[in-house]
Amino acid sequence: MSRHLAQRLGQALLVLLAAFTVAFVLLQALPGDAVLIKFLGSEMGLTAEQIAELRIAYGADAPVWQQYLHTLGNFLSGDFGTSIRAGVPVASLLAENLPATLLLAALAFGTASLLAVALAVLSQLGFAWARAFARSMPSFFVAVPVFWLGIMLIQVFSFQLGLVSVIAPEPWEELILPVLTLAVPISAPLAQVLIRNMDQVFGEPFVAVARAKGATHAWVLWRHVARNALPPTLTMAGVLFGELLGGAVVTETVFGLAGLGGMTQQAVANQDVAVLQAIVVLSAAAFVTISLAVDLLLPLFDPRLANRPAGAA
Amino acid sequence: MNVDLASRLAPATTVAASAPLLAVEDLAIRYVSGGTARRVVDGVSFSVAPGEVLALLGESGSGKTTTAQAVLGLLPPNGAIERGAIRLDGTDIAGWPERKLAALRGARISLIPQDPTTSLNPVRTIGAQIAEILEIHGERDRTRIRARVLELLTRVGLEPAEMRARQYPHQLSGGMRQRVLIAIAVALRPGLIVADEPTSALDVTVQRRILDLLDELRREDGTAVLLVTHDLGVAADRADRVVVLRQGQVQEAGPVRQVLAAPRSEYARQLLADAPSLATPRARPPVPATAGIMLKVDGLLQAYPVAGERGRMFHAADDVSFEVRAGTTHALVGESGSGKTTTARCIAGFLRPTAGRVEVGGTDVAQLSGEALRQFRRKVQLVFQNPFASLDPRQTVGAIVEEPLWNFAPVAKAERERLVRGMIERVGLPDAVLTRPPAALSGGQRQRVAIARALVLRPRVVVLDEAVSALDVTVQARILELLAELQRELGLTYVFVSHDLAVVRLIADTVSVMRSGRVVESGPVEQVFHSPADEYTRDLIAAIPGGAGETRKTAQ
Repeated sequence: MSRHLAQRLGQALLVLLAAFTVAFVLLQALPGDAVLIKFLGSEMGLTAEQIAELRIAYGADAPVWQQYLHTLGNFLSGDFGTSIRAGVPVASLLAENLPATLLLAALAFGTASLLAVALAVLSQLGFAWARAFARSMPSFFVAVPVFWLGIMLIQVFSFQLGLVSVIAPEPWEELILPVLTLAVPISAPLAQVLIRNMDQVFGEPFVAVARAKGATHAWVLWRHVARNALPPTLTMAGVLFGELLGGAVVTETVFGLAGLGGMTQQAVANQDVAVLQAIVVLSAAAFVTISLAVDLLLPLFDPRLANRPAGAA
Repeated sequence: MNVDLASRLAPATTVAASAPLLAVEDLAIRYVSGGTARRVVDGVSFSVAPGEVLALLGESGSGKTTTAQAVLGLLPPNGAIERGAIRLDGTDIAGWPERKLAALRGARISLIPQDPTTSLNPVRTIGAQIAEILEIHGERDRTRIRARVLELLTRVGLEPAEMRARQYPHQLSGGMRQRVLIAIAVALRPGLIVADEPTSALDVTVQRRILDLLDELRREDGTAVLLVTHDLGVAADRADRVVVLRQGQVQEAGPVRQVLAAPRSEYARQLLADAPSLATPRARPPVPATAGIMLKVDGLLQAYPVAGERGRMFHAADDVSFEVRAGTTHALVGESGSGKTTTARCIAGFLRPTAGRVEVGGTDVAQLSGEALRQFRRKVQLVFQNPFASLDPRQTVGAIVEEPLWNFAPVAKAERERLVRGMIERVGLPDAVLTRPPAALSGGQRQRVAIARALVLRPRVVVLDEAVSALDVTVQARILELLAELQRELGLTYVFVSHDLAVVRLIADTVSVMRSGRVVESGPVEQVFHSPADEYTRDLIAAIPGGAGETRKTAQ
């Protein structure tokens, strides 16, 4: 097991390094740099010589490979550089914005999971019309665009019904609509995978055996089907959680929330390379951590995935 | 007429042996799919006395499994009982609601399913799955449950019970898993066990041990068994009475010995004639001494590295040698994991042996590669076990048979058509199938198409990998006849891979018995069958169902 873990950790680190490198190369390939954008043609009226000096001060003139190694070294020691736009360390920008986004993502993911499980259970246990309803929901959910859903939710719940205030909302109120907006499209594929897996497991011979033991439909669902349907759903959930971070950017913008979303948007507009580099590496780290977690969790649900224990006959 | 038999077999405690435990009366069941209804069981009646074993015998589509499902109240959602009664101890349960039936299942009627490899939940321990049937029926006391689980495991011969209880299904062999399922079925001492093809997925030697175990347990508990099977041999060995089903209707019913000795219905006579385990082998034409060696396997070794263990090799085939004369059939017989399929794949040039020679008509296959190997495939063709998976569902039968002709020297269109037509006719199919997809054909017809596809290139050697194992006995018999006929006319050499010794006896001239990658015995079929030299061969022959003790005694 520990050997497997070491192997997976090594792979995760490689992925991170690759993400860092690709991001670095792409960002370097952008025409111009942040120094030029900030100072050139600005009202400060700096001369070309002064700008060149600034470039040297920011290290923008060094050969690319040197910059690469330098930045990599800094990242490894926890220094993500300085935002050229804001003039503060990227680390403190992140510290300021990350928690809000993480909270949003985690809440949305939790809601999506609940929604998916509820739909899946309904699809197997409810009355015939409820089953049909639960089965038709995922494709409806997946078709709804995030930004449209956000705007519609504000329209209905805030402006027409006045249930959730948009102006000066409570912290919890502020999150309700964004969380729903994010959760709905994520829940769709989760529910779909879960329902499909449950259907498949219900057709397995061991379910017939369980029923021949006298088990009721609900007993079979909870004791046999649920646990067998879970592992593939978990894999799917890992992928979706990564997607959720991307969704958070759009949602934060639509609802005007502070967070990584706004930070990313600004950094892109200003070619704030240091910030972008940090965000890319951070997203990659999130992806890698989650897929690693999923990998380590799966054997707990399915013993066949654990390394072959001794005593096999 | 069966009171006699039933009372003899039932334990003395059942006073009212004449009152049937289960009585199925005029049962009719239909399936609805895509708006059309199909009646699959039509007026079936039979009864099972306490402690009796009744075999429901039939081929695929006979309605035997549907009948068994109805007895358990486990018909699929699109199946419905149209009329008739299913009486358990005199009470008609046919119309019972699900909740009442659930209370009955496991406690008074239980099931031993067909395929032990998929019939246990892969993510729960053996112990938990045996405990479950006790929990469902109201047992709450953890220590009592645990004690009973260990007792049951010991009773079905899975020891040490503590260790087995903690294991997961994938850590057990197929035979061991079937023992677990038997433990579950007998846990609450039900009056009736429905055994649905309980050993069809198992190797013959395992099959015999499992059926012996089931026999022993049901005798001890006085349990009746409804044995659903397609295997006349199994029915002959294990049942008191037999009900022969065909297309949802009872063809014949009566004590086993009577049905076997003097079948009254046309269909039962046909079944008896076709069952390989009961048939007396027809004399095959003697092998002309002048026939040359067509296939020679010499010291064949196929080794794979063992996962996770550096430097250790697993020998799938180990020093396999045999010769086959042109125009004869050589059988490779063995149970799963014996190396018979590995050997066959080396002969067909799909696997390059680690060491050794495979000569076909004087060419060493192992040395061929690239274009030479491709050209070689002309000479050796394959027919696989599953005629449902080995034909492309999107091609027409004509295109399937024609395809091999495209791959070698160009053949003119008119000539191709003539060859395909001739081949289809040769394997006994009507012209009309040429334009149909395989899905429109029955299993036997599809296997004929697979044979036509293999023969259209006029190969010298045909490797038949379990080619008749998936077919019903009557269909199997026709395919075997066809193969023998084609061999005579075209001078083909067959390598016949099979786990079924009874079939081998009907078609092969010579045989190699394999076990764990090695040939344990080899020689002319009659010699191997009549005076087996190896312990394992004797075991295999004794395990053929249908011998009903006679071969078994001589073998022991």
